[in-house]
Amino acid sequence: MGDAAHAHAHGEHDAGHCTIWLDGERRRAPIGASVAAALALHGWRGTRTSVSGEPRSALCGMGICFECRVAIDGVPLRRACLVTVREGMEVSTHHA
Amino acid sequence: MRELACDLLVVGAGPAGIAAACAAAERGKKVLVLDENPGAGGQIWRAGTHAPPRAAEPWLARFRASGAELRSGCAVVEGDAARQTLWAQDAEGLLRTRAESIVLATGARELFLPFPGWTLPGVLGAGGLQALAKSGWPVRGKKIGVAGSGPLLLAVAAWLVEHGAHVAFVAEQAPLGRLARFAASLAFQPRKLAQLAALRWKLRGVPQLFSSWPVRANGRAHIDSVELATDGEPQGFLVDALAVGFGLVPETALAEQLGCALDASGAVAVDAEQRTNVERIYAAGEPTGIGGVENALLQGELAGASAAGDARAAHTFARRAARARRFGRALERAFALREELREMPDDDTIVCRCEDVRWDAARELDSARETKLQTRCGMGPCQGRVCQPALHFLKGGRADRRRPPLLPLTLGELAELAADRTTLEHETSR
Amino acid sequence: MKPRALVIGAGIVGAACAAELARAGFAVVVLEAAHPSAGATACGMGHVVAMDDSEAQLELTRTSRSLWEELLPELPENIEATRAGTLWVAADDEELAAVHAKHAYYLTRGVNAEIHDQHSLRSLEPHLAPDLIGALRVPDDLVVYPPCAAAWLLALSGAELRVGLAVERAEARRVLLHGGVALEGDLVVVAAGEHSLPLVSPALPLHGIKPRKGHLVITDRAPGFAQHQIVELGYLKSAHSHDGSSVAFNLQPRPNGQVLLGSSRQYDRTSDEVEPAMLRRMLERAFRYMPKLRALPAIRAWTGRRAATHDHLPLIGKVGAEGPWLAAGHEGLGITTSLGTARLLSSLIAGTTPPFDPRPFDPQRLCAEASHG
Repeated sequence: MGDAAHAHAHGEHDAGHCTIWLDGERRRAPIGASVAAALALHGWRGTRTSVSGEPRSALCGMGICFECRVAIDGVPLRRACLVTVREGMEVSTHHA
Repeated sequence: MRELACDLLVVGAGPAGIAAACAAAERGKKVLVLDENPGAGGQIWRAGTHAPPRAAEPWLARFRASGAELRSGCAVVEGDAARQTLWAQDAEGLLRTRAESIVLATGARELFLPFPGWTLPGVLGAGGLQALAKSGWPVRGKKIGVAGSGPLLLAVAAWLVEHGAHVAFVAEQAPLGRLARFAASLAFQPRKLAQLAALRWKLRGVPQLFSSWPVRANGRAHIDSVELATDGEPQGFLVDALAVGFGLVPETALAEQLGCALDASGAVAVDAEQRTNVERIYAAGEPTGIGGVENALLQGELAGASAAGDARAAHTFARRAARARRFGRALERAFALREELREMPDDDTIVCRCEDVRWDAARELDSARETKLQTRCGMGPCQGRVCQPALHFLKGGRADRRRPPLLPLTLGELAELAADRTTLEHETSR
Repeated sequence: MKPRALVIGAGIVGAACAAELARAGFAVVVLEAAHPSAGATACGMGHVVAMDDSEAQLELTRTSRSLWEELLPELPENIEATRAGTLWVAADDEELAAVHAKHAYYLTRGVNAEIHDQHSLRSLEPHLAPDLIGALRVPDDLVVYPPCAAAWLLALSGAELRVGLAVERAEARRVLLHGGVALEGDLVVVAAGEHSLPLVSPALPLHGIKPRKGHLVITDRAPGFAQHQIVELGYLKSAHSHDGSSVAFNLQPRPNGQVLLGSSRQYDRTSDEVEPAMLRRMLERAFRYMPKLRALPAIRAWTGRRAATHDHLPLIGKVGAEGPWLAAGHEGLGITTSLGTARLLSSLIAGTTPPFDPRPFDPQRLCAEASHG
C-alpha cells in the first residue's frame, strides 16, 4: 500500500494532500503529484483500454505517447503525466 | 484571445531553454518561456515532488533572478513563423504569444523499440519512469529492471536506488568492450570520469549486464517478469516494473511545423550561432542533435546571446559548444544500436500503440506514408511520435509528415485557433 | 498470350481499371510515380454516394454504387465498408423543397430514399441542431476506406505494379518514361488524376482538369456520435460554385467511431498547407449543423486536391482518334465512381454495349469547351 493509500485508510488528513475522485472513488493524493502518479499510488494499473482491448498505462512520462490519457473534469484526452492533482479533481479512466 | 508579447520567446524550460532565457534576459530582453510540464527544469532537472538535482540549483536560481517569465503547463499547439507567433494551450484555454525571435529548446524524447510484451502496464520509458517518479509515481520498495541503451540508464538506475527502489539489473545493449574504449577516451575529462565513478558506486551490488536486451515482458494485466538475452543467453527476472529506453531522439515537431530544415540525422539544422534556416528562429540543445546537458547549456546561452544581438559573447560560446558537440557524437558511436535489436518484435508485437498495429502488418510496406495509409500506423493521438522513430530504426525511411495541430485540440479550440490565425494574417497584411 | 494493358496511376481509378481490364482478359501493368493511393485517393472521405448534379452524374454514381454493393460480401475488413446511408439535411424551406424534389427524382431513378421531418430527424441524429427542418435519407449509400480499397482492387487485378516511374507521355500503344525508356502495350489507360492531361497534351487542353483543394479534419474516437454520413443540402451549391471558395457541412462517422469532417473547395491554390481561414469557415459551418462537435477532440487536419473538370463529370474514353484511353477528372467522387468508370471504359475498349450513355463523359468535349471559351 502506498503512503497516500495508507494515510487514507487510516483517516489521516495532513496538509500535504488533497482529495480527488478517481473513477468516482474518493482518494487522497500528495499535493504536487501528477494525476498519473496518483492513479498508480492507488493501485490503478491499466488506465486505458487500447483499440484491441489491451490494458495500457503511462509509457513516456513526458506527454509524448498519450498512453496515460484520461478524462479530467469531463475533458477527454488529458495527459495524466502532465497534469498536477487539484482539490476536487475528477478523473475518469473509462472515457479517455 | 489572450495575447502575450515579448522580445524573445523560448519553447522549453529544460537546460537549453533556461540558458537561452537567462542569456537574453540578462542582456535586457523581455523573455517569455513556455513549457508544458508543471515546473521548470525539463525532464533532467525537473523537481516535481522531489528536490531538484544539485547541478540544477545554480541554474534554476539564475533563471529566477534573470527576470524571464515562465509559463508552466503551457503547451505550444501551432506556430506562424512569418509572424513570429506561437499559439499555446494552458488550463484556461488558448493563448497567442508573439516575439521578435524564438528559441526552440524542445528537448528530446526517448526512443522506444517494440518487443513482445512492451505494451503491458508497468513497462515504461527509462527517462519516463524517472519523470513519473519525480511527480510522485511510487518506486520505493519496488523491484525495477532497467534496460535499453545510453548513459541515461545508469543515471536513472542510480536515481531509483537513491529513492528506495530495488534495481534488479541494468541491461545495456552495447558491448562492454566498446563502452570500455569510450570510457578510456574520457581520460582527459576528469569531471565526466568522476560522474561515471559516482554512478558505479551508487549502483554497487546491482547486476550490470552488457550486450543485453529485453526479449519479452510477461504478465497478464501488468508486467511481472522480464526475459533478457545477454550475450545470447536467456535470463529471467521477476520485476514490478521495467524501465526501458534505447536512447533519445530530437523533438522536432514544432521546428518542422515552423518550416525549419532538418539535417541528414533528423535533427534541426543550425548554423554556428544556433540559427535555423527560418529567419529569427533559433534552436538549442537536443533538437539540434543529442548532446547532453553541457551541450544544451552552451547552445542555449549561445542562442540567447545571439538572439539578443550579442555577437561577441555568442562567438565565445560557439567554440565551447563545438567541443561539447564532439563529445555528443562520441557518445552516439559508443552506444550505437546493434543490428539484433531489429529482430526484437515478433509478428504479433504491436508497433503502433495508438492504433494497435502489429509488426507483421507494417513490416513489408515500403514507406512510412504507405504504412500509415494501409495499416493506420501513426494515425492516433500521438501522431507517430512513438512508432515513427521505431519504424525508422526497424526498416529505415523517413516519417510521414505530421499534420496540424501539434497536439489534439477540441474542434471548438481548433476553430478558435484558426480564427485567431486569420485575424493575425489580416492585421499584418494591412 | 494475353494482350497487355498499361495503366498509368495506382489511385482508386487506376486500380479499378486494372481490375476490370484483368477481368476482361488483359495482362495489366500499373505504372505509378510514387506509391499506390499517393494522390487524391488518400485524402478524401470514401463516401460512396448517389449524386444527381446532372442526369449523367446520377447514372454514373448509381451504377458505381451498385457495383460496390456487389463487392460488399468480398471486401476485407480493412476496407471498413459500411452501409451508413446519407442524410441530406435541410436548413430552410427552400432546402426542404429541394428534399422533396430530390426524393421524387430519386424514386423515378430507382434510388431508395425517404423523407424525414424535423421530429424524426432528431431521433435519427440527436446531435443535429434542433432548427434543422427535415432531411432526405438515402439508406443505400456506403462508406469505405479508400487506400485499402485501392490496394485490394490492385491485388484483385493481379497486375504487375511498377512504382517510382515518371511517365512523360502516353500514346495509344506506348508509354514514354523519363530518360527515354518506352514501354509497349496493346492499350494504354491514363488514370493519373490531375496529372493526366500533361501526358496526352496537346490532344486535350491542359487546363481541362483543375485541382480543387479541400480540407478535412478527423477526431479521436467518439463512438455513436453520428450514424449517417450527414451532408447539408447546400453542399450542391458549394460543389457548383466555379470561382471563389466555398465550404459545406459534410460529416462522416468512421466505423471505428472517429468523425471525419469536411468540406471546403478552392481553385488555384499552390500550397497544400491547411489554411486557417478555410478551416475556420469549414468548422463554423459544421458547428451550425451540429453544435456538439465543438467538444470533440480533433487529432489531425489535412488537405487534398480533387481533379475537377468544368462540368463536374469525369473524362472517360479515347483521346482523339489515335490516342490512349483516359479515365481522370473525378473531382470529389472518384471513390464512388471508380468502379462505374472502369466498367464503362472496359465496354468502350471491347466495343460492347456500354452500361450507360458514354457521351457526356467523352474527353473530346474539352476541345469544344476550349474553343467556346
